[in-house]
Amino acid sequence: MNKILARTQLSDDVYMMRLNAPYIARERLPGQFVILQLDNEFGERIPLTIADADPVEGSITIIFQAVGKTTHNLADKQVGESVQSVLGPLGQPTHIEKFGTVVCVGGGIGVAPLHPIVKGMKAAGNRIIVIVGARTKGLVILEEQMRALADEFIICTDDGSLGRKALVTEPLKEVCGRIPKPDMVVAIGPPIMMKFCAEATRPFGVHTMVSLNTIMIDGTGMCGGCRVTVGGQTKFVCVDGPEFDGHQVDFDNMMQRLKAYRKHEDHAHEQCHLNAELSAKEKVNS
Amino acid sequence: MSHSSPETLAALARQELEGLVKRTTPLTPKERIAITAQEMPTQDPAIRRRNVQEVALGYTPEQARLESMRCLQCRNAPCVQGCPVRIDIPGFLKAAADGDFQGACSIIKKNSLLPAVCGRVCPQETQCQEHCTVGKSLKSVDKAVSIGRVERFVADLERESGSAVAPTIKPATGKKVAVIGTGPASITVAADVRRAGHQVVMFEAFHKPGGVLVYGIPEFRLPKAIVQKEIDALTGMGVELKTNFVIGRTRKLKALIEEDGFDAVFIGTGAGLPKFMNIEGENLVGVFSANEYLTRANLMKAYDFGRADTPISRSGRVAVLGGGNVAMDAARTAVRLGASEVHIIYRRTEVEMPARIEELAHAKEEGVIFHLLENAKRLIGDKDGCVTALECLRYELGEPDASGRRRPVEVKGSEFIHEIDAVIVAIGNDSNPLIPRTTEGLQTTKWGNIIVDETGKTSIDRVYAGGDIVLGAATVILAMGEGRRAAASINERLK
Ligand SMILES: Cc1cc2nc3c(=O)[nH]c(=O)nc-3n(C[C@H](O)[C@H](O)[C@H](O)COP(=O)(O)OP(=O)(O)OC[C@H]3O[C@@H](n4cnc5c(N)ncnc54)[C@H](O)[C@@H]3O)c2cc1C
Ligand SMILES: Cc1cc2nc3c(=O)[nH]c(=O)nc-3n(C[C@H](O)[C@H](O)[C@H](O)COP(=O)(O)OP(=O)(O)OC[C@H]3O[C@@H](n4cnc5c(N)ncnc54)[C@H](O)[C@@H]3O)c2cc1C
Ligand code: SF4
Ligand code: SF4
Ligand code: FES
Repeated sequence: MNKILARTQLSDDVYMMRLNAPYIARERLPGQFVILQLDNEFGERIPLTIADADPVEGSITIIFQAVGKTTHNLADKQVGESVQSVLGPLGQPTHIEKFGTVVCVGGGIGVAPLHPIVKGMKAAGNRIIVIVGARTKGLVILEEQMRALADEFIICTDDGSLGRKALVTEPLKEVCGRIPKPDMVVAIGPPIMMKFCAEATRPFGVHTMVSLNTIMIDGTGMCGGCRVTVGGQTKFVCVDGPEFDGHQVDFDNMMQRLKAYRKHEDHAHEQCHLNAELSAKEKVNS
Repeated sequence: MSHSSPETLAALARQELEGLVKRTTPLTPKERIAITAQEMPTQDPAIRRRNVQEVALGYTPEQARLESMRCLQCRNAPCVQGCPVRIDIPGFLKAAADGDFQGACSIIKKNSLLPAVCGRVCPQETQCQEHCTVGKSLKSVDKAVSIGRVERFVADLERESGSAVAPTIKPATGKKVAVIGTGPASITVAADVRRAGHQVVMFEAFHKPGGVLVYGIPEFRLPKAIVQKEIDALTGMGVELKTNFVIGRTRKLKALIEEDGFDAVFIGTGAGLPKFMNIEGENLVGVFSANEYLTRANLMKAYDFGRADTPISRSGRVAVLGGGNVAMDAARTAVRLGASEVHIIYRRTEVEMPARIEELAHAKEEGVIFHLLENAKRLIGDKDGCVTALECLRYELGEPDASGRRRPVEVKGSEFIHEIDAVIVAIGNDSNPLIPRTTEGLQTTKWGNIIVDETGKTSIDRVYAGGDIVLGAATVILAMGEGRRAAASINERLK
């Protein structure tokens, strides 16, 4: 049982929670995630990135978007209530070192998992360019926190309600075109965004790391449900990832696999609309 | 195969037993062999296809006694040599034949901690029953004394009557042992080490304990309540259980010894790494490992469509690749989830199938269709990336290979298509690499199995291992036997 210590609503459907999880808080590194479950008998196990951790208090922070049944039920939980199971920290931590200039691109809820990486990259002495994108102003999260860490901060929305009216790929291309070009790109967001970010950086030859959010069950390498094709080889996102070289990932296959249970899920999925819009726009732009 | 109702079987047994108990002279071996081999009462195949309740219903007391009377009490007891944990089989069968079921159970428990489980899932036809004299003289292993079924009967009776006596625990030693995993190997170690007076903490990655017994083997073959009872017995003995705790991630193995004060560690993490065939199309939507399919169905209760949140594919035509117990379990689970057709694709013949004979027979009764001497070559998908067909090749049997089984050889140019909409890959499991990868100095074979010496000790001092992580995917009883051995070494080490 993991007690909820704090709960804040960040935007229309995005929530931040601090959970009691002393072991996980002690071991966790940026880039790692947990699998949580609200009910051990019938509940689903869902992966969420550890957005932050406080080893002294023994707590972890998660930031999640209410998209389906489990995330909605989680959002309804109040301080003092508990989450029945939290397992972690899972996955390979982000490879953090001094690369030079690192461009960190976050789309929608992807800003949440990006935040600890930006923090780590900054602490390692990198110059940080942050590009944040969302469909509309109300969906932007962690703007202040990201702005505070960035040496250069670019924000854009699909509808122009905040910052530039553009998709994140636009400023990303510009930044990659600079001389000298950046040393590394980290892009986290909806799969379609990561796919086009990888396409955007490919011609510039800038190494681009993405964090994949496949469907998972155990998170320990036991089921193979999270498998993706990377560089022609099958990888398990939960143990080999979640971060991979974006230029090697077969995003189309991954997106198809994410839809595997679409017809089983009762709730409409916000992200799908975003994905559809992004891909439609991207087609126009490219 | 015709299905006799449980009532019929019970009535016949009652009659036959009445005749036998009236006798005043002991039965001759000939007469014993002439006793009807007791069939296991089962749910009607047409009904059980639509539920997840246990298929085999268990003997009646009369059936258990009759079956036990078939035992000739061989002096050399070849059956005992076939049992990996050397249960005194003639001993417990004699007690059961006399109607002393509690006594029979006590004899079994001297060697096996999980008789209700092993009685159900041991591959008896290749272990204890393979060597049975009765089977030999009737020229069929099917006609051997059904040792496992009697074992199950006496264990169930003890559990249901609540007459099991709690094991005595030696005075506290102040020593602490960590047990990683909660499968049969770990359950055995926890019990044996706790009995010696040591404190025991079990760590399980999943939210529920039991290992493959709960996430892999389906409810209809092994009710989860039975496994839970064994776990309850452990916690009742004072064993502490930490679920949602993955060693290597939540805590490193070495930290358990160096920082957390554990005096010894047992690794029983099983063989949970699904093998794939590495053929084209394997990552299409609708292609699952048996582990994923079975975990969704069993552990996450996806069969309970109204209540479970975890979705599962409810496909029409399902193909299962493989011929072992895992393949049978996946196929029979698919039947229960409402598939219109379930096909097993296996590249050898039925003789070579590693699945237990009983599981094979049950699968057939439930309408699973077998395709032998065929193997998948590639999977074909539609524009949305969903699997729609399986391209197969025909095979023929060639020369025997290293395992003594005749090697299947593909027939060139024999490609053909099965139209299907889900594929379950059930060709086996490798060892989970998580602990070896995160534990410096822990030696493994090139297949990833942890190397242990004859006492169950690994390359690291105070660290022991056993079960599937050492043997590769094996059996429950072997895992238990390994647990016994490691526990004995740990208890010796902590003296
Ligand atoms: C390593 C990893 C880290 C993640 N970190 C975060 C995070 O920090 N914050 C966050 O909000 N989400 C994160 N996700 C996604 C999150 O796991 C899903 O949103 C969640 O599982 C949805 O569960 P649900 O029961 O509410 O929705 P469901 O009812 O299961 O699904 C609703 C809709 O969401 C889609 N969906 C299901 N699973 C995923 C998934 N894994 N990714 C994307 N869409 C999915 C389905 O297609 C469906 O249409 C992460 C995923 C992974 C694999
Ligand atoms: C579908 C299926 C059907 C089978 N049918 C039969 C049968 O009919 N008869 C038979 O005899 N055998 C059968 N087997 C094989 C048998 O189940 C195994 O041999 C046996 O369970 C192995 O026991 P174990 O204790 O080694 O590990 P497991 O039962 O595999 O348990 C290992 C446990 O360790 C946990 N774990 C793993 N890594 C970690 C970690 N790092 N930290 C914490 N916990 C961890 C796992 O979650 C798991 O719960 C079957 C197997 C499968 C998959
Ligand atoms: S434990 Fe298994 S092999 Fe041993 S007697 Fe029982 S059923 Fe037979
Ligand atoms: S071999 Fe068969 S008949 Fe002989 S003791 Fe064992 S079970 Fe009885
Ligand atoms: S989630 Fe099961 S293997 Fe990755």
